[in-house]
Amino acid sequence: MRPRSWPGTRLAGVLTIDQATYDAIVAHAKRDHPDEACGIVAGPEGSDRPERFVEMVNAAGSPTFYEFDSTDLLQLYKEMDARDEEPVIVYHSHTATEAYPSRTDIGLASEPNAHYVLVSTRVHGNNEGPVEFRSYRIVDGEVTEEDVTVVSALP
Amino acid sequence: MAIEVKIPTILRTYTGGEKAVSAEGATLSALIDDLEANHAGIKDRLIDNGDLRRFVNVYVNDEDVRFIGGLEAELKDGDAVVILPAVAGGAR
Repeated sequence: MRPRSWPGTRLAGVLTIDQATYDAIVAHAKRDHPDEACGIVAGPEGSDRPERFVEMVNAAGSPTFYEFDSTDLLQLYKEMDARDEEPVIVYHSHTATEAYPSRTDIGLASEPNAHYVLVSTRVHGNNEGPVEFRSYRIVDGEVTEEDVTVVSALP
Repeated sequence: MAIEVKIPTILRTYTGGEKAVSAEGATLSALIDDLEANHAGIKDRLIDNGDLRRFVNVYVNDEDVRFIGGLEAELKDGDAVVILPAVAGGAR
């Protein structure tokens, strides 16, 4: 049923993520359900290595919207700047719908180098159980899904 | 009068890849006009219908300009301006 490929969707590229970071994203999404959870995983600029997990507060506190608090956002970017990092992953959860970027997600995506990770908690909510965990590039309104490879540790 | 303006990744296409540029202006509005004069097209990405776009954050010396007058926020020599697109979205 899920529209795996909307018009303009291609499957290409890959997100390589370590198990601990993957688990941390899933745990955050489950904990904040039914509100959307959000955050980033930073890594050295240009490295494509998601190394530093940073959970953010959803200032919208909403089941259908997320937004980093503006003060937190500035703090986060100053910190990354000082460490020569960039957001390698920008993640958030959908709590009642599939893990596919909404029109809002696509319209507001502003990190062309990031992997946009979406987790859907719609099946198990706060409880144990598998989630949908999918990754996309979103550039100039175009969505490209990519494979997710979970490794025990980044190479 | 020189004010350093930090440019986010997504707007660096307008600054030839530069992460920060120098600009002038006594208010944020004037500063954005000065940016536009040197980096054509950038103003439209910051302003919509005469107002700062809802999902663009601008900070002057670490203060969100929405709390210090928005486009009329006053600037002086040596101020540091940071532009950051909101990180936002959701199923809605």
